[in-house]
Order: sequence, then C-alpha cells, then structure tokens
Amino acid sequence: MAELNIRERQAGDVTVIDMEGKITIGEGSVAVRSAVRRLLEEGKKKILLNLAGVSYVDSSGIGELVSSFTTINREGGQLKLLNLTQKIRDLLAITKLLTVFDVYEDESTALNSYK
Amino acid sequence: MTEQVLPSRIESIAEAAATAAEIAGRFGFGEEALFGIDLAVREAVTNAVVHGNRQDATRNVEIGYTTSGTALVITVRDRGGGFDPAAVPDPTDAQNLLKASGRGILFMRNFMDDVRWENHPEGGIVVRMTKNK
Repeated sequence: MAELNIRERQAGDVTVIDMEGKITIGEGSVAVRSAVRRLLEEGKKKILLNLAGVSYVDSSGIGELVSSFTTINREGGQLKLLNLTQKIRDLLAITKLLTVFDVYEDESTALNSYK
Repeated sequence: MTEQVLPSRIESIAEAAATAAEIAGRFGFGEEALFGIDLAVREAVTNAVVHGNRQDATRNVEIGYTTSGTALVITVRDRGGGFDPAAVPDPTDAQNLLKASGRGILFMRNFMDDVRWENHPEGGIVVRMTKNK
C-alpha cells in the first residue's frame, strides 16, 4: 500500500485533495509535490488540502506543505488546509506555521473563503 | 542496550522509528511520549542519512537504545564530516518561516528532554537524545 493515498475532487473552482496516510520524507512528500505541481500545470490554483486522514507528518512533510504554499502563492493561487488532526496542529503550532496557513475545520467554510 | 546498524537509505528512517517506538513502548511510555520519540528518531536518522552520510550506501547509521532508571537514551551516529547545531537557523524566526527545511532539530528538542551532539572519537557525529518517564 502506498504511504500516502491522494484523491482529488472539484468543488466549484476549488480543487479539494483528500489525503490518507503519512506525509514523511520520501514517498509521502514526493506525492504531495507531484500532486500540487500537476494541478498548477492544469491551471488549478485554488487548492484545499484535506488532511483528515493524515496520521503522521515529519519535518520533511511540513516542509513540503510550506513549499506547496509558497509555490501556489507565487502562481497567484491559494493553498488552504482542512481538518488537521491534533498532532499535526501541534506540529504546526511548534513551528509557528499556524500563523502562516489558513486552517479550517469545516469544509463549506473553507470553500466559501476562496475569493 | 539494543544496537541497530542501518544503511544510509530513506527506508532506514521508518525502520529506526519503528524500533524506537517498540522499545519505548515496552519501557512503559504512553502514547503521547511514543509519538514524540518516534518523531525525534525519524528526524535524527533523517539528518544522519541525508546530511551526515549523504545517502552514501557504504556508510551506515548506528543507533543505540539504552534504558536506565526512568530514562530512555537513544544515540544516532553518522559517518559524516561534522555538524554545528548552533549554526542551524531558528526555523520559527519570521524570516525562516517559509523555508522548506530546517525543522528537524526543533522537533527533536521539543519532544525529547535532552538533546546533545558529540564528535565521535573515530569519526562522525553522535546525537544523544534522552526521554524521561
């Protein structure tokens, strides 16, 4: 089984990426990078990462989320996070990244936040 | 003491973390501590594999697990050229927040009670991490 399973769905002009598994150095981080790169190539710049099924993230995975965030911003898009587990929320607090990311606990609120 | 010698491959990182979690669990740490120990070991072994040994398959990473009293001490040795933890920029400084790397040591220090680096007399760096019950 892959370390990280990724499924995409479209909600209006926002692409929701449902992730399940681990975002850690190697396969998981690469999967996130590839997915974001492909969406940008397809012109999809409003991206919502649903992390409800992500059980574990290491510093490499956090770094990949930051890279995705900066890459999408540079392209004029928006990356937001949905449904953080408590552990991932703790890691984002430790790294002070909760101040950087737009984080939502409710999908419809998240979707409505895109302009 | 349990010793583990792993090749400098990305796959070794999860293998070390699983061993650490198993030993720490047997030693009686709870779920929250186990998460932190697992993550700290992942970060230490990542540093050894990627930065210390530069994924050179001819260089191993040596990991030691020792329990004494209420403490679990985990050592991770690489065969790299050296490392100054004080030279690593603080990833929580505003100017570093959007950098893609540099958060591993922060996690190690956050989740373990003591973390220190030593030069090994026969070469390489040893990081020694202690977690108390």
